Amino acid sequence: MEQKLYFKDYNEALKQNKLLGLKCRQCKAITVPPKMACRQCGSTDMDVIEVKTDGKIKTFTTVFVGAEGRESEVPYILVIVELEEGPWLMGNLEGVDPKTATMELIGKKVKMGNKVFAGDKYSAGESARPIFSLAG
Amino acid sequence: MQKVAVVGVGETKFSGPQTKTEVELFAEAAMEAITESNLTPQDIKALFIGNALGDIEEGQGMIASYIAENIGCRYVPANRYEGACASASMAVRDAFMWVASGYYDIVIAGGVERAATMGTGLATRTFAMFSDARYEYPSGVTFPAVFAMLTHLYADTYKIPLQKLREQMAKVTMQSYKHGAINPKAQFFGKNADITMEKILGSFVVCTPLTLHDCCPFSDGAAAVVLASEDIAKKLTKKPVYITGIGQASNGPLGNQNDYLPRIRAREISSQQAYKMAGVKPDDVDLCELHDCFSIASLIAAESLGFFEYGTAGEAWENSQADIGGKVAINPSGGLKSKGHPIGATGAGQVYEIVKQMRGEVEPGRQVLDAKIGLTDTLGGDGGTLVNMVLERGWK
Ligand SMILES: [Zn+2]
Repeated sequence: MEQKLYFKDYNEALKQNKLLGLKCRQCKAITVPPKMACRQCGSTDMDVIEVKTDGKIKTFTTVFVGAEGRESEVPYILVIVELEEGPWLMGNLEGVDPKTATMELIGKKVKMGNKVFAGDKYSAGESARPIFSLAG
Repeated sequence: MQKVAVVGVGETKFSGPQTKTEVELFAEAAMEAITESNLTPQDIKALFIGNALGDIEEGQGMIASYIAENIGCRYVPANRYEGACASASMAVRDAFMWVASGYYDIVIAGGVERAATMGTGLATRTFAMFSDARYEYPSGVTFPAVFAMLTHLYADTYKIPLQKLREQMAKVTMQSYKHGAINPKAQFFGKNADITMEKILGSFVVCTPLTLHDCCPFSDGAAAVVLASEDIAKKLTKKPVYITGIGQASNGPLGNQNDYLPRIRAREISSQQAYKMAGVKPDDVDLCELHDCFSIASLIAAESLGFFEYGTAGEAWENSQADIGGKVAINPSGGLKSKGHPIGATGAGQVYEIVKQMRGEVEPGRQVLDAKIGLTDTLGGDGGTLVNMVLERGWK
């Protein structure tokens, strides 16, 4: 059985700042990133949609110890954003000094762009990732 | 189904980088377990080994077969389990099921890891492999970053000022260090017993708000347990510890757990399975070895396991209710943060501790008196794999 939306197409769209997801015809839940089955009810009866990228920060951390190969990226802010339509999406926050990030970030509205992680020897190629910035 | 007992346990010292190979480490733990079971390797019908990252740590795949041959369990089926930090608990649970089914009467299970040998950079990279490689690692998520984000989410969800939460987390660390400091098998044996809250809060920041002392170390080590059916167990030992309840559950990437976070839903499902099977309630548990990979992880775990109300576990640590003599004795071994966390071995190490506690064979300063019911709790990745086991003392 073919999956309705694959990583490859999701990734290409994300590089254009478009977030593709799947809307379940059975329970209406939105699944991001792509899966074979609805993350709420397990149905495969889903349509590909473009998901709104507006959202607010649910949580964050400033990372000071990076993984091998990514040492030069620290410090950076990692966030989980709750999108208007429900899904939570992990990404980075830019435009805020990582060393001064505090709990006040939680609840702040953000807009989404992207950057490409080029990948390393383990990662089977590149992946685009959401880059958020404070809205307004 | 047959009743299944732990009849013997073995464990290496958990440590920083050391020179024994993974096969050698597991063999050391396994022979200790087999010998104290009054058995020989020829009695073992199958091996179940947790090992998360041996491919990268030593360039060794299929390690279970090499271990079986190494310890003289020749030609027996030998299976490797990979469920990140829950690997050994998966192995023990499956071993339990094979004996419970009646198919095997005596098996060995456990796990081994050389995470410390990798060094911080590679260990940080490989531990991040247990987050979603395609959709979360590109953002630079690391294992401490997951729990750092859960810390901020926990503070926001339960409306606890971050500074107060950090102080509660420091209490968790102080309790872990206190017990680990007198556990000779612990990585931090003889260390950190008198650490102050100021030192914990002021140490190097790994991922805000987690400092070095909020995090478990990278560890090398192995642990093994011999399981036997009830009739055989009664012949082998006067002190069988029965596994009376088991649970296991899975979940997807962290972001998709959003209906419950900072609760870990897979843990609630897994532990409820184990409690139901054993016919016990959280209030019945005398001691619990839970997955405290980070200080915040202890609070989250203790709540999902039903020991304390959501958002209140920090108060329990402040009031010594999570310590020996309190409501439930949590991590008298020192836990992952002080005993250490050789990820593929950790769950078997938890079983080792509970068995030793029930037999009254641990150092007096960390002995839980008259423990009859114990619980293990092991978490893999960011809540992707959860395993719980209820153990009960098989003698008066
Ligand atoms: Zn659905």
